[in-house]
Amino acid sequence: MTDFSLILANLFSRKLRAILMLVAIFFAFLIFGVLAGVQNGFNNIGGSAGENRLVTINKINFTQPMPISYIERIRAVEGVARASYANWFGGYYQEGRNQIVTFAIDPEFYMDIYATDYKLSADQRAAFLADRSGLLVGQKLAERWGWKLGDRIPLSSNIYTNKNTGKQTWDFTIVGILEPAQENADTSVAFFHHAYFNESVTFGRDTAGWIVIETADKALNTDVSKRIDAMFANSPAETATDTEKAFNQAFVGQLGNITLIVTLVVGAAFATILMIVGNTMAMAVRERTKEIGVMKTLGFPSGRIFKMVLGESLLLAMLGGLPALGVSALLLEMMRKSVGFPGLALTLDFTALGIAIMLALGLLTGIIPAWNALRLNIVTALGRQ
Amino acid sequence: MTALISIQGGAKRFVKGRETITIFDHLDMTIEAGDFIAIMGPSGSGKTTLLNLLGGIDRATSGSITFAGQRLDQMSEGQLSAWRAANVGFIFQFYNLMPALNAARNVELPLLLTSLGGGERRKRVETALQIVGLAERAKHYPREMSGGQQQRVAIARAIVADPRMLLCDEPTGDLDRKTADEILSMLQLLNKEMGKTIIMVTHDPEAARYASRVLHLDKGRFVEQVAA
Repeated sequence: MTDFSLILANLFSRKLRAILMLVAIFFAFLIFGVLAGVQNGFNNIGGSAGENRLVTINKINFTQPMPISYIERIRAVEGVARASYANWFGGYYQEGRNQIVTFAIDPEFYMDIYATDYKLSADQRAAFLADRSGLLVGQKLAERWGWKLGDRIPLSSNIYTNKNTGKQTWDFTIVGILEPAQENADTSVAFFHHAYFNESVTFGRDTAGWIVIETADKALNTDVSKRIDAMFANSPAETATDTEKAFNQAFVGQLGNITLIVTLVVGAAFATILMIVGNTMAMAVRERTKEIGVMKTLGFPSGRIFKMVLGESLLLAMLGGLPALGVSALLLEMMRKSVGFPGLALTLDFTALGIAIMLALGLLTGIIPAWNALRLNIVTALGRQ
Repeated sequence: MTALISIQGGAKRFVKGRETITIFDHLDMTIEAGDFIAIMGPSGSGKTTLLNLLGGIDRATSGSITFAGQRLDQMSEGQLSAWRAANVGFIFQFYNLMPALNAARNVELPLLLTSLGGGERRKRVETALQIVGLAERAKHYPREMSGGQQQRVAIARAIVADPRMLLCDEPTGDLDRKTADEILSMLQLLNKEMGKTIIMVTHDPEAARYASRVLHLDKGRFVEQVAA
């Protein structure tokens, strides 16, 4: 027998109570782990953004278009290496619930700017440039629907109507499969020719939703942004230019303050668990007052008993919390694979934070019972029946 | 024989509100190594308080307590803990076993305070349980044993670290006559065969007959000393 086995025996001296406490702690840390992983996912949005990539949108907001003619003026700005444009298509496949992130793009430059994110063979690139109804699909998207090169598929829009058919559907031929060139690249997307889109929409022609710019050097980002926005100041469609990462995060920011949600949910769960576990630990130690008195009588020093009681609450927090972090990591892995959200993961930072919270929980709930055990008078304890 | 433990000018007073309650005052007592002492007396006479002082779990208001030349009254709490672990075995009226531990682990508890390895500890636990006749109940939990068996486990726990002195507070107070006699015979055996010095507080004159000396404590004073 060791002090540890003694702690373990005391912890499980009332099995049902110990199990209920462990379950409560497990679920608190499961919530923490999953929300932390989701937060990490949102934090990572824009993680693939190139450091020298800027995005220009309408100053009102990104749902308002800009004239497509802006592209040539922007390409002429000093410090701009390349620029391209795109529109949000609002795509889905067969049914509205099968949403597909689809962009109508300037085929010549857009994929070149994103060559750091996606790998596309020279043959497929050439096929895409040559076919106005060609569609590039990400690897994950192709795998999800079983698509392959040469397949003809219809994609519908929940925004635009095709004036040629009067319907909201466009037909495409898959000419390229995009493979990820880096870990954070999202391959559940699709791209097609802006010209194919532009010639057939019933409204919004000759406009771009956003313009993506590659600067000659990231040090030029601020100057280039200022020059572009100054160029279109006082025009009917003023612009706002920022780094791509800031743009992506601002987009996510519209969903609400994820950090605040995580903090509030975890905080509420944590505070509740703290009170339940703290009260139960205090009760458990109080019930063992006489046993602690006997241990002191046998010669166990007060400091050692203090450590044992504190160790018991720390062990409880760890036994409940560590498996929860493990399970949340597995859940996040499953979610990442099924929804294609690259940042969904329990990172080392959040794991360390989780363990730190477990330690805090153990210390906070154990410190008062441990202190009471430390100060317990033997004669008083033995007198308690 | 040589004195093992003695109390000189021992006093114990409690302050309750404005009142000071004296349990005993100017108490002198010497116990020789190998003695088996029974301390008797009416409730409130200070028997258990005296036992607590001799066991180093309470402190005298004044006076000195000496164990084999060491002054207990001058020791720190930590020193007293170490002294108890090395020199004293305690046996209580209600056994005071750890309900979460089986018999073997209860007996092993005092050995956690020694530097003995796991193998040696197991051997000592087996021996102690054999001495009290409970080797086959080693894996049983206190709730699975009778009062007499629990008290025998408590005796095994008290002797496992081979202390020089056993302090027993009403060790048969919760047992029937037959079981009480078995326990008392066992204590007598430990005294005679293993040389343990035993100080036993009891209300029971039958129990006191097993001791080699009986001290009567009344109103804080020894009123007579009887050779059993």
